[in-house]
Amino acid sequence: MSENVNTPDAPVQSALLASQSAQSPTEFVSDALRRVRSGEIGTLPIILGLIIIGLIFQSLNQNFLTPRNLVNIVIQMAGIATIAYGMVFILLLGEIDLSAGYVSAIGGVTTAILLRDSLTNPAMAWMNEWSVIPVALLATTAIGFLHGFLITTFQLPSFIVTLAGLLAWNGVVLMIVGDGGTVNIQNQFVRNLASDVQTPFWTWIIILLFVALITALEFMKAASRRKAGLRAKPASIIIAQTVLMALAGAGVAILFNANRALTEAAPPQAGMPTIAVIMLGLLLVLTYVAENTRFGRYVYAVGGNKEAARRAGIRVERIRILVYMLMGFMAGIGGIILASRLKSVATDAGGGNLLLYVIAAAVIGGTSLFGGRGKVVSAVLGALVVASVENGMGLLNVSSGIKFVVTGLVLLAAVVIDALSRRQQQASGRR
Amino acid sequence: MVDKYGGTPLLETRSVSKSFGAVQALTRVDFDVFPGEVIALVGDNGAGKSTLIKGIAGIYGFDEGEVMFEGRHVTIHSPREAASLGIEVVYQDLALADNLDVVANMFLGREWNSGIPPTTGADHQIGGFKKYLRNLLPITEIEMEKRAVSTLNELAVTTLRSVRLPVAALSGGQRQSVAIAKAVLWNSKVVILDEPTAALGVAQTRQVLNLVRRLADRNLGVVVISHNLHDIFEVADRICVLRLGHKVKTFKREETDQKEVVHAITAGQLGTVPGMSQ
Repeated sequence: MSENVNTPDAPVQSALLASQSAQSPTEFVSDALRRVRSGEIGTLPIILGLIIIGLIFQSLNQNFLTPRNLVNIVIQMAGIATIAYGMVFILLLGEIDLSAGYVSAIGGVTTAILLRDSLTNPAMAWMNEWSVIPVALLATTAIGFLHGFLITTFQLPSFIVTLAGLLAWNGVVLMIVGDGGTVNIQNQFVRNLASDVQTPFWTWIIILLFVALITALEFMKAASRRKAGLRAKPASIIIAQTVLMALAGAGVAILFNANRALTEAAPPQAGMPTIAVIMLGLLLVLTYVAENTRFGRYVYAVGGNKEAARRAGIRVERIRILVYMLMGFMAGIGGIILASRLKSVATDAGGGNLLLYVIAAAVIGGTSLFGGRGKVVSAVLGALVVASVENGMGLLNVSSGIKFVVTGLVLLAAVVIDALSRRQQQASGRR
Repeated sequence: MVDKYGGTPLLETRSVSKSFGAVQALTRVDFDVFPGEVIALVGDNGAGKSTLIKGIAGIYGFDEGEVMFEGRHVTIHSPREAASLGIEVVYQDLALADNLDVVANMFLGREWNSGIPPTTGADHQIGGFKKYLRNLLPITEIEMEKRAVSTLNELAVTTLRSVRLPVAALSGGQRQSVAIAKAVLWNSKVVILDEPTAALGVAQTRQVLNLVRRLADRNLGVVVISHNLHDIFEVADRICVLRLGHKVKTFKREETDQKEVVHAITAGQLGTVPGMSQ
């Protein structure tokens, strides 16, 4: 059969294969530059944005770029980033979840109430963090399932269903927390979740492992691609990336390990917040799910062209429900982290600007609101921006009015950059 | 040249009919496709081309008549069943996800992972828990990319710079080529192309028509639906004319001309004009 492929084309036939096999470092760099020019800017604007934010706030307040404050920012961003991980998947579908803030509060309040009851009610004394946290996550995942089920079964807009969820789950939180207004958390594990730190030794080990893992994966991928005769990332580029990453990692480790006690006399305080380790772990797992599994591929496909996905035999509605469940699960984890930070859950949990910060984080990080484009890492990067702005303005003691306006402007800037990069891609034929 | 129409047709419909409520969309249509030929399906709007194709593709069943595939009687209930027989349809809107790259699109829904090669319907053979677990195992990108590249090379689709470009970055002709390559990736035997050259420029139309010819050279049966008689006369071996749900005639290209085909499409060439008898 294949010998029938017409011979006149034979000389050009191998052109595609040839272009696949060899790639020099200069080719790689020029390819990357071409991608940037055609609007595939990736994480470039956010890194510039972070530098600008750092410069501005540092010039206004000397305390902004101190190890102590940067660790504060990491702790502040943890809840937002965790919920935003789920939001990235929702946005990849081209949908939105407005209830994420209050669903996270359900996770927090369930944890707090059950832990309190385990202390007061003898019948529930057997419950500890290892039974309570799964129950809370099960509850928020079930809520995600409910949203997804309603949206897919009745073909409702996600906007409306989760708007209803926003109101209803807020109501449920109010009902559970009740007149007391605040449920304190006594459980040491949950209390320490947001404030625990690793020892300086483990901080180095964890960051070293992270860099080594990514480098090893890159080398393995390039080696097997080269073996298969496919275009592979040149080793020199991987080494350069590793050096950069190792330097950045070392910088972060030194920062985490600097003594951040307020006074010289106070006991030294250093090490990577455990919450940052959790964020990194979730980042690795969810990036794998999004980029290397069928499930992740199908999420992108549904967001890119739902009809094409359906014709390819993908069970579109099932994928959508699963993504809402993932959203619920991540919101649950985020809610527990937020509760841990305050060491209590109050009636205002999940409210305020949490939802906006979560959506802003995903979008600022580079995930498109139009579906199909984005990365899990955008949740962390965006949350870092949002938390930095919030923290910086806190240091400057500005009114919450100004805070909202500035956060709104940052979100607007992110959306404008997204729209502009889309237009640039259209102009260069990459719709 | 041996007459390729002597043997068993790859695909054959015998006297198939289909009605939608009071509308008789197809009336006793005989249609056949032989390996290694390009057969064009032409007719005015509402002639029944799409109805015939969708019936063959399993989107709905025919009311009466039978479908034979490689001489065997078959009943096709779904597009998946059609695909597992080796019948692939490339619809006009191509059904490509713009945000995914060429490889991801070609393998969409049939990704190669956990060492199990993707074949049509492979997932049906894996049962229970394992089937779900597969969706969380790593996709074997390298095998997929190798196969995508070799298929595109076999079809001499040479204008692509990289198979890792998102489909959005491709030209109309390249997209059509990718959609066709996707259809032949699965050892398909019959490929049905719905308006493959609509909305393409001159050079890209040429590119796609060459590709259509190469499919037939690979001994596939190729069905092309088109309104463009110029393209059809360039690429088709036979031309099947439908009119108001009836088959008017199947012409051999070398024995007819555009005028005769136009006449068949518009006025009919039978003693009685089809459709007038009702």
